[in-house]
Amino acid sequence: MGSKPRLTGYRRPDGSMGIRNHVIILPVDDLSNAAAEAVAKVVPGTLALPHGYGRLQFGEDLELTFRTLIGTGLNGNVAAVVVIGIEPKWTERVAAGIAKSGKPVASFSIEGKGDLQVIADAARVAQVFLQDASEIQREEATAGDLIMSIKCGESDTTSGLGSCPTTSQAVDRWVAAGGTVFFGETSELTGGEHLIAERCIDDACRRAFQDTYDNYIKVIESTGANLLGSQPTQGNIAGGLTTIEEKALGNIAKTGSVPVIGVLKPAEAPDRKKQGLYFMDTSSAAAECVTLMAAAGAVIHLFPTGQGNVIGNPIEPVLKLTANKKTAASMREHIDLDVSGLLRQEYDLTKAGDMMMEVIERTVNGRLCAAEALGHREYTFTKLYISA
Amino acid sequence: MAKVPDFLLHHDGDSVAVANDDLQPGTLQGLSVKEQTPHTAVLNHAIPLGHKFALKDHAEGEAIIKYGIKVGIASKPIKKGDYVHTHNMRSYRWEASRA
Repeated sequence: MGSKPRLTGYRRPDGSMGIRNHVIILPVDDLSNAAAEAVAKVVPGTLALPHGYGRLQFGEDLELTFRTLIGTGLNGNVAAVVVIGIEPKWTERVAAGIAKSGKPVASFSIEGKGDLQVIADAARVAQVFLQDASEIQREEATAGDLIMSIKCGESDTTSGLGSCPTTSQAVDRWVAAGGTVFFGETSELTGGEHLIAERCIDDACRRAFQDTYDNYIKVIESTGANLLGSQPTQGNIAGGLTTIEEKALGNIAKTGSVPVIGVLKPAEAPDRKKQGLYFMDTSSAAAECVTLMAAAGAVIHLFPTGQGNVIGNPIEPVLKLTANKKTAASMREHIDLDVSGLLRQEYDLTKAGDMMMEVIERTVNGRLCAAEALGHREYTFTKLYISA
Repeated sequence: MAKVPDFLLHHDGDSVAVANDDLQPGTLQGLSVKEQTPHTAVLNHAIPLGHKFALKDHAEGEAIIKYGIKVGIASKPIKKGDYVHTHNMRSYRWEASRA
């Protein structure tokens, strides 16, 4: 890893680590967004995570919502959690799932009390959590303590030529240093899925990957829809990408060269003792994918973009890099690393990787990335099917 | 410093190349990223940064190769030097996805 980066983070009671120290106000359902946002206003410095779901879901779709909510609370970037839901049962289920980590958690339900009482009660706890969290000190960390995730967006042909290969450098170096990395975007492997299958570490992993991929694609193809404009997106097409296969190969160009050691369900946390590159079954939509990866424990995200996706996440810093010189100039406030010099042959991929690692190191150690500074906090749930 | 290549291709043998800047028709100098081989091509149309043109003639239905891999097929005959995008190239995996 060139010169070994000096990394620091916040150690949580369950041994996990994060690079941010958020106290979050987590609504269980859409109805509780207003109270959660009110608490975060009364106690500035806490962070509300409004979202659109959590009611009348059932089966695997409901399980995914619980996994996403609980996983968000368990994320190493979160110091403490105030959970607010409309009714007590699901609210307590989410709070209990987070509390098993030993992290401070409190839960409040609105039925029978009303928003105003809950806001007052929750704000009192949130204040204490925030003051307590402010005393937690950064400690030395290693790549093995900090899960990285990768996903690109509004890609164009410069992504496959520059920003994705640069991300690959970081993936290989992070894993070589004992770290774990998630990649996903199931549909966006189409045309190159054999390349991922070949990299699976054993037959069980390969079978799990192939089954996951086949199931996802079956759903898409069964619609018979013309996906041009959706996948690839209109932005991809404007940037010169023509087919899903072409986009997929650019996408895969960011996954490094290390083996794929496991396949995760959406928002499923990996075994912390098994470090390496994992494939997670996700949508290719940016906010959905990053939300799922953060819920599985990722604390820093690398996001190569071509045409200029602006996504952020409330708890996981999303670092953006581009090799498109026009995007680097016209959307510079969103770009953390400009690697367009790679396409101009000003430096080689190893040097671009060094530049990436420097930005990662600074972000890990506390420098806000562009998406954080601009307040991009997209918290978007993946829904598997209709609600009851 | 060497001149910035007008176009890039991923691998020698790819049948399309990517514009490394907004390009006008004419003779261009390019580079393959993997092998670092210099390439020369004649572009027939003006194309913007990041868009593709053909390095060989493609018959209708013929594979379009990028990254050394089939990334689509010609939905119409494409001449060497022509702009290649949704108007003359489509997915071979997602049959319904076409302009």
